Amino acid sequence: MGKAMNHREGSVMVLGGGIAGIQAALDLTELGYYVYLVEKSPAVGGVMAQLDKTFPTNDCSL
Amino acid sequence: MLTNADFLALDGEPGKFQAKINMRPRYIDADACTACGLCTQYCPRHQSDEYNEGLAQTRPIHIDYAQAVPATYYIDPASCLHLQHDTCQICVPVCQSHAINFKQQPEERILQVGAVILSPGFGKIDSSVLEKFSYGKHPDVVTAFEYERMTTASGPFMGEIKCFSDGRHPKSMAFIQCVGSRDIGCNNGYCSSVCCMYAIKEALVTKEHDPDVDITIYYMDIRTQGKDFDAARERAESIGIKFVRARVAGVTPWDKNLKLTYSTLDGQHKFESHDMVILSVGLESPKDAAGISKITGAELNKYDFCATETFNPLQTSREGVIVAGAFQGPKDIPESVTQSSGAAALAAAVLKSQRGKGVVKKTYPDEQSVTAEDEVRIGVFVCHCGINISSVVDVADVAEYAGGMENVTYHTESLYSCSQDAQEVLKQKIKEHKLNRVVIAACSPRTHEPLFQETLKDAGLNRNLFEMVNIRDHCSWVHANEPEAATAKSRDLVRMGVAKARQIQPLAEQTVPVTPRALIVGGGVAGMTAALTVADQGFPVVLLEKGSQIGGNLQNLNYTLAGDQVAKHLKGLVDRVKKAKDIAVVTNAELIQTAGFVGNFSSVIESGTGKKKTEQTVDHGVIVVATGGHEHRPDKYMLGKSKKVMTQQDFEKQLSGKATNRAPGSIVMIQCAGSRGDDLNYCSKVCCNHALKNILKVKEINPDSQIIVLYRDMRAYGMAEDSYLEARQKGVVFIPYEVDNKPEVFEKSRKLQVKFFDTIMQEEVILAPDLVALSVGIVPEGTDKLSKLLKLPVTANDFFLEAHVKLKPIEMAVEGVYICGLAHGPKPIDETIVQAQAAAAKAAIPLVRGFAKVDPIISNVVQDLCIGCGLCVSLCPYGALEMKKVGKKRKAETIAAACKACGICAAHCPTFAINMGGFTNEQLISQIEAFGDRKKEVEEVA
Repeated sequence: MGKAMNHREGSVMVLGGGIAGIQAALDLTELGYYVYLVEKSPAVGGVMAQLDKTFPTNDCSL
Repeated sequence: MLTNADFLALDGEPGKFQAKINMRPRYIDADACTACGLCTQYCPRHQSDEYNEGLAQTRPIHIDYAQAVPATYYIDPASCLHLQHDTCQICVPVCQSHAINFKQQPEERILQVGAVILSPGFGKIDSSVLEKFSYGKHPDVVTAFEYERMTTASGPFMGEIKCFSDGRHPKSMAFIQCVGSRDIGCNNGYCSSVCCMYAIKEALVTKEHDPDVDITIYYMDIRTQGKDFDAARERAESIGIKFVRARVAGVTPWDKNLKLTYSTLDGQHKFESHDMVILSVGLESPKDAAGISKITGAELNKYDFCATETFNPLQTSREGVIVAGAFQGPKDIPESVTQSSGAAALAAAVLKSQRGKGVVKKTYPDEQSVTAEDEVRIGVFVCHCGINISSVVDVADVAEYAGGMENVTYHTESLYSCSQDAQEVLKQKIKEHKLNRVVIAACSPRTHEPLFQETLKDAGLNRNLFEMVNIRDHCSWVHANEPEAATAKSRDLVRMGVAKARQIQPLAEQTVPVTPRALIVGGGVAGMTAALTVADQGFPVVLLEKGSQIGGNLQNLNYTLAGDQVAKHLKGLVDRVKKAKDIAVVTNAELIQTAGFVGNFSSVIESGTGKKKTEQTVDHGVIVVATGGHEHRPDKYMLGKSKKVMTQQDFEKQLSGKATNRAPGSIVMIQCAGSRGDDLNYCSKVCCNHALKNILKVKEINPDSQIIVLYRDMRAYGMAEDSYLEARQKGVVFIPYEVDNKPEVFEKSRKLQVKFFDTIMQEEVILAPDLVALSVGIVPEGTDKLSKLLKLPVTANDFFLEAHVKLKPIEMAVEGVYICGLAHGPKPIDETIVQAQAAAAKAAIPLVRGFAKVDPIISNVVQDLCIGCGLCVSLCPYGALEMKKVGKKRKAETIAAACKACGICAAHCPTFAINMGGFTNEQLISQIEAFGDRKKEVEEVA
């Protein structure tokens, strides 16, 4: 069994840290919830971070 | 944020899930790593760089790209010499911050969460599918993803486009569409919905690089059905990009070039040679789709995307588990972003009672009083930014120079002033030296000002007692080859920053309370869904409907392509809205007037009919615009003149009736009747699927019916492609027509006839069908009046214009106003529902917060100096200034919540009566004077 974390009410897990996951996480934070953004690779950003144009910033203000 | 993490298990129920996560080791301590990059330089092993699609080399210890979040390097255990062979470890002593830790172990964690959002993205088409296009056999055949990295200025080739085979610049390029999608050969029958757009984008980018390059896009249908996407295609055609309607059979190497074999509609086999071939590969379900489905219990559809329903597009089959993005079906960025906001709203509704409980509230020490009379004590911190600044600028010299300035009580250098430990040092020094102004000479305030201001607050200082000097971008970067000049300029900038710092004063943080109520305009599916979703968050809603009952366009529809019974869902929605105690429905209603700003709107609503007309005033914090649209009825193709000609909507009604001849034996359908450059300048997105839905219904009722569809591009995007295939399998004939040779409908000896050019047989055909169904477009409903009332911008086609097409598809330019449904652009039911849920999420944000924060850098009118000319009021683009009577005189005043701090008013005020917080005239003048001091210094030395 893994180490149990402190119970944190009002939290949501977002699986996948691409543009969809990041946006969902940001909105949830602003709606008053704690978010665990779970990403399998070493950095969030997903495919959008690989795109050339249409990609102005890569800010993830989590 | 948990990166390098695998999702292992999910137990429990909505509101009380336990998610088991395995955190794989990075082998680098994230808190200590400064992302300096030294380790990568020393790492002796090379490996393919996946971030650059294998087009470049990297090392086992690396970071994917400079802006990666978290900005921490990691070691790829599969290739690291130490982790594989227990040798090397060169990186360990190299790292100045002692961040490398090979002892890190995988760690399992249990997360207690109330809801789960699945957004794992999409997978890539297997390379075996690409082999018939010589991918992997010839280096000049690349996927569009690889090509994207090639055209990127920051990519491995600095944006230079060249053939891999011999490095020459290609003069002739081909894009092949539908590679790995719309292809039952590889079991991907669906359309990936994004490839047409990215191919056009990449083709346009290529033309920017080299206007002479010859580009051909080989396609079956160009599916640019998104809002204003057709315009990009037209632009591409106008600059000479060729579009050839053909399925490419294969690509074979041919001398130095590549030979494409393809067949056109008229049955001809052709060959064409190109220097470079780009495969527009589709999006597949994510690689771990089956695993995620197994863990969560969320069912998949036949293509392994997450299965959802038209009327509940984000809800998976497991309660409390919500889906967003490409896992729900292939889609583009704006739609993914919209789904994410919608998913956030659904997750929030599950956890309504727990809202705010998990949020960590930060507390700050009491703010220390700093007045104009206090002695000015400035601390100057000059940053090395690793070697980013210090390799060019003499940081020690700049810091020493700052130390000699008046009022500078403390000066120092730091390796990384943004690092966590540097914040502690900053706090400590503020206390130790009783600093009351802080100047940091480092990078751009755009990225780091908020961080330093936060530290000031932690130290009990007002966050505006801070000035940032950008000696990285402005000195070490732009003058990289002139270190002495860069150092001199750094001294100038620091001197100016200190001069300004002497003048800065604390600014009060202002907040404005929010009226916790939403006003929703429009009672169709968009408005009803938005109302229910806002109410689900626990906020009251006033829902306006201009007609006598809510329901909107759903009242005109009977069934969907996926087979849903619309009436049943409509009734369900209407009942829920009527029963919801937090939703007040006002019918026969019209918005007459709206005043105020985000959080504090006040609107006058007229409702009722005839003599019973009444007016009421409603206070609310946000507005959701869901005014919808309706069918466009073109005065063409004998519509309204012959009983046998009807719109698809009319035909749908007939098909769901009981008449025996409701599905006649011969039918001609004409697509884009009125859309795409006809009466309407845009694609209406839903008409192709509407036609397919009616076709399949006809075939269900009367399998022998002969149907001919005259079309330009069949835009059966996403899973609708299956229905397109089914229609063809059932014998429906699809014939494309050219825009300069449109079909004609007329009556001859009282018989309805259709004349068109058959592009397959290459001859003109005249038919006398029993029925002609027209796929007409969608026009928005009365956007003109509302756009004036709420000051909302509209597009050239009269739809409302969102704040940012890609990243803010729901927000409007006016803060506190959100958009959804047909008023934003033509779209089908499921996309409308998602957008309405997203609008509700966005609208709930200010309501949840309870107050609107006002940045203290806004304008401020010094009333003694104001002469009441009103120039500022007329110039302000945000309506953030108003004239008020003060005594007997008129004076301007800032509406704090509406001001965006652009400074236009201050620049134009003839009496300098307007100051911008943090950028007062005195502060700016002192900076300019400080710049002039250098001349003095130079003269003194001479």
